[in-house]
Amino acid sequence: MTAAHLLVEGVFGFFATVLVISALGVVVARNPVHAALFLILSFFNAAVLWVLLGAEFLGIVLVLVYVGAVMVLLLFVVMMLDIDLVVIRRGFVRHAPLAAVVALLLAFEIGYVFWARHLGLVSLAPPLRPGTLPNTRALGLRLYRDDLYPFEIAGFLLLVGVVAAIVLTLTHREGVRRQDPSAQVRVEPARRIRLVDPFPKGTPGKGGEGG
Amino acid sequence: MTFGGITLSPEDLRAVVRTVGAVVLTTVGVILSVAYLTYAERKVIGYMQARLGPNRVGRWGLLQPFADVFKLLSKEPVIPDAASRAVFVGAPLLVLTPALAAWAVIPFAPHTAIAPINAGLLYLLALTSLGVYGVILAGWASNSRYALLGAMRSAAQIVSYEIAMGFALVGVLMAAGTLDLGHLVARQAPNILHWYVIPLLPLFFVYFISAVAETNRAPFDVVEGESEIVAGFHVEYSGVMFAMFFLAEYANMILVSTLAATLFLGGWASPFAGLPWGLLAAPGFFWLALKVMILLFCFLWFRATFPRFRYDQIMRLGWKVFVPLTIVWISLEGVALWYRVGPWFAR
Repeated sequence: MTAAHLLVEGVFGFFATVLVISALGVVVARNPVHAALFLILSFFNAAVLWVLLGAEFLGIVLVLVYVGAVMVLLLFVVMMLDIDLVVIRRGFVRHAPLAAVVALLLAFEIGYVFWARHLGLVSLAPPLRPGTLPNTRALGLRLYRDDLYPFEIAGFLLLVGVVAAIVLTLTHREGVRRQDPSAQVRVEPARRIRLVDPFPKGTPGKGGEGG
Repeated sequence: MTFGGITLSPEDLRAVVRTVGAVVLTTVGVILSVAYLTYAERKVIGYMQARLGPNRVGRWGLLQPFADVFKLLSKEPVIPDAASRAVFVGAPLLVLTPALAAWAVIPFAPHTAIAPINAGLLYLLALTSLGVYGVILAGWASNSRYALLGAMRSAAQIVSYEIAMGFALVGVLMAAGTLDLGHLVARQAPNILHWYVIPLLPLFFVYFISAVAETNRAPFDVVEGESEIVAGFHVEYSGVMFAMFFLAEYANMILVSTLAATLFLGGWASPFAGLPWGLLAAPGFFWLALKVMILLFCFLWFRATFPRFRYDQIMRLGWKVFVPLTIVWISLEGVALWYRVGPWFAR
């Protein structure tokens, strides 16, 4: 075994362990902000595993999109929440049976995947390493040349979703005072200040200097 | 060499030593640059405001940064009682680490980068988007109203400007056709006309202004607006932990300036490249450093010149001016790419 191999194995072992622990932390943490932090940590570790598998592009994009943007907003919301832990705890016993069913189902499904593979029913191909082609280029060719139409349709559906979300939250209210920055920029002194002579000619008053 | 069945060839060993050495050298270089950037800031703004700036410690005040550092290190780091301890202590690290780790992919000179990976630009985008966590968490963990308000402002501002910044980088990416920073600079190297700042001038301005906003520098410093929220997210920090925030802010300034120089201004390429001027036309670290210094001077200049933006003005500029501008320019660039315009888009 060469040093490089051992290094890869060691790095994988370390990050996989941290991934599992932090995923547990998401569920176990009492404080919702801490749970969100554990989720960020698990995303980060998953990204490292992807990079180790040779999917650098996807790994970095996972960090960029999920850690860099989505989780920032989630953390933002969680920070603003006023969560009373006691109230959440109250429903624990009542929901426990349902949770147990879900957990068992999940465990069965995960176990099934491993079991089925052992029986030779599903053979998982090793991840594709497209030779000398850089990862980004390989993915780009796939998305924008081979599967252009499905990709464009998916993009269009997302766009529709974005527009729908904006339309749903957009409300026009009457009588709301708004600033018009371009009007503010266009303003000229002549339209803002009217110079008046407090002592027009012919009225008695202090004239001249020093008043 | 063999350790329990593991062979470690001399090349491996040498590579490890060389990498560790380069990392240490870069980190020390960044920290020293930060020290003298703070000095330059006080001097430059001082002269702009008809003051002298620091001139007591050492000749011309040159040792002032070290005096400041030792003062900060010798102060007591106070952790508020109601703070969330682990997060409070971890937050400065979360700000500082991305600011230092991003240097791994920067090409300092031809074929000189610690990690010349082929997704360098993406790596940078991903890492620079992590710095915001330290700020948000510092604000939340302090359990202080001012700090939380600062953190909220920061999160909204950084997330908004990241979009414009990302689009500006997409423009560079389209022109270069590569995510590898080394190749990206090499494509600009032939002469000054190849620099991407020429076809992408609006994107350069969007990038640089967004960079000022991302680093929370004046005039985008509502995050620590001292007239409203004292010092914003780091109001509860003192001593070493405050020094780390400070270090990260300045390291980030140097980083974004280096990026602007690398992506738009030809990085290590000489502006006189292609002319028969011998050493002046040769590429090298010197040119990168010079470009970075000019951009950093702009940072200081802005701070001395502009009043602070109002929050709604910041949001308007980011969303209603920069984002549409970059989208329009990227579309135009697509057309230019199709027709292979100039020396930039000919492949």
